[in-house]
Amino acid sequence: MDKFTIKDMNLYYGKFHALKGVNLNMPKNQITAFIGPSGCGKSTLLKSLNRMNDLVEGCKITGDIRLDGEDIYGNIDINILRKRVGMVFQKANPFPMSVYDNIAYGPRTHGIKSKAKLDEIVESSLKDAAIWDELKDRLKKSALGLSGGQQQRLCIARALAVKPEVLLMDEATSALDPISTGKIEELCLKLKNQYTIIMVTHNMQQALRIADNTAFFLLGKMIEYGNTDQIFSNPREKETEEYITGRFG
Amino acid sequence: MRINRIKEKAMQGVFFLTAITSIAAVVLICIFLFYNGIPAIAEIGILDFVGGQKWAPTNEPASYGILCMIVGSVYVTAGAIIIGVPIGILTAVFLARFCPPALYKILKPATELLAGVPSIVYGFFGLMVIVPFIRDNIGGNGPSLLAASIVLGIMILPTIIGVSESAIRAVPESYYEGSLALGATRERSVFKAILPASKSGILAGVVLGIGRAIGETMAVILIAGNQVQIPSSITDGVRTLTANIVLEMGYSTGLHRQALIATGVVLFVFILLITLSMQAIKSRSEKNG
Repeated sequence: MDKFTIKDMNLYYGKFHALKGVNLNMPKNQITAFIGPSGCGKSTLLKSLNRMNDLVEGCKITGDIRLDGEDIYGNIDINILRKRVGMVFQKANPFPMSVYDNIAYGPRTHGIKSKAKLDEIVESSLKDAAIWDELKDRLKKSALGLSGGQQQRLCIARALAVKPEVLLMDEATSALDPISTGKIEELCLKLKNQYTIIMVTHNMQQALRIADNTAFFLLGKMIEYGNTDQIFSNPREKETEEYITGRFG
Repeated sequence: MRINRIKEKAMQGVFFLTAITSIAAVVLICIFLFYNGIPAIAEIGILDFVGGQKWAPTNEPASYGILCMIVGSVYVTAGAIIIGVPIGILTAVFLARFCPPALYKILKPATELLAGVPSIVYGFFGLMVIVPFIRDNIGGNGPSLLAASIVLGIMILPTIIGVSESAIRAVPESYYEGSLALGATRERSVFKAILPASKSGILAGVVLGIGRAIGETMAVILIAGNQVQIPSSITDGVRTLTANIVLEMGYSTGLHRQALIATGVVLFVFILLITLSMQAIKSRSEKNG
């Protein structure tokens, strides 16, 4: 079943045509990776899925993006959309507050006040993000004191705390060391049973390791989309082959 | 080469001299104040001076108790904070996060203009507008703790707005985006993610505002009533430390004059405490930040 369906989507930043005629279906409970050289539009597409592009002045989108069949640029509560479609950013961005308050921020935003319920959410979110054991004794400490890898997993836990259906990851491991990256990749494989994961990555090995499907972008166009193994072993398009064999990009 | 070196040395000397000038000014003020004030405090007795409620320097025997003025200054400053801080912080939030650019071009210079208005003009404004309003609508004679608080509250606005706005703008945009991405509204993201992150900067603005309010003289004299009493209601008149000095300095002699300078010492100690707490806030935020 497809979680997200994108049809004939075009995106403009002012006069700049950043995404050209994208068609893409992303299946539920799978990991879909967007790859391509810098500036190819993959992050832009990701940010269109939870409407973070709304913050960019002059950004205009045409075409059709649906989440479970519902047009997310139609008559929809944008805050509910962002609750359903969580996001983890390239640079870990924990709030300058305690670990506990970071996780509880989302649930509190959506009206949960009971301490017992919040305690439960904090614990289960940190467990889901596989960081509970490391942090359970420092819940009251500032999140800014954590290492980069811990901060990023905290941000994943924070996103999970609002019980999203989809998790968008925008080069979430690009600033991390290989061990932290490995932990997050493992986490993604575990999380895909409950969530649909869509990730942008510069690291083709990462896409190969964990993604079920991969889409290759070049200069605002989606060149090729398919099963990850097929894309990497037997690409249909010449540009895809050139990119994954490292001849450019 | 040689000439360049000499030039450099000479310029260093010039910079050193200019730096010394301002420090020397502070040191000289300290020496003057304490040299003239401390003996009076010793003669009156520190407890009688700071804790005495009776200020009657022309009586026989004279009494020099400035408790009423200390309380007056504290009350008036507290009132200014209660009125000025919420308005100032919310204005800063609006300017930094919600204001359309076209409106910003008008509002920002307007708040800065507020800082340039001479304090005597604020005093006139209070005297002509706020004092009669209080007399007619709230009660009392008009010149009062309330009138002084309102005018001082307005006077500290530019300080609080300016400092708070830069503190809010200094918060990384990623906090805002992180909050939005969790499904929070714009307003919630500003008040729950950005504002807490800028609280030490905002606090610094508030402390600066306190410093301005407690030191203000001209505007306060015109509208505070200046009675030596501990006010029992906000429509009662008060006399602040600064007002006490200005009102009586002209005709005072001997111990009376010295007692007024000692009043200045007390004021100076207040300002010192405010500056120190300001430094503490700064170093704490640098550590966290």
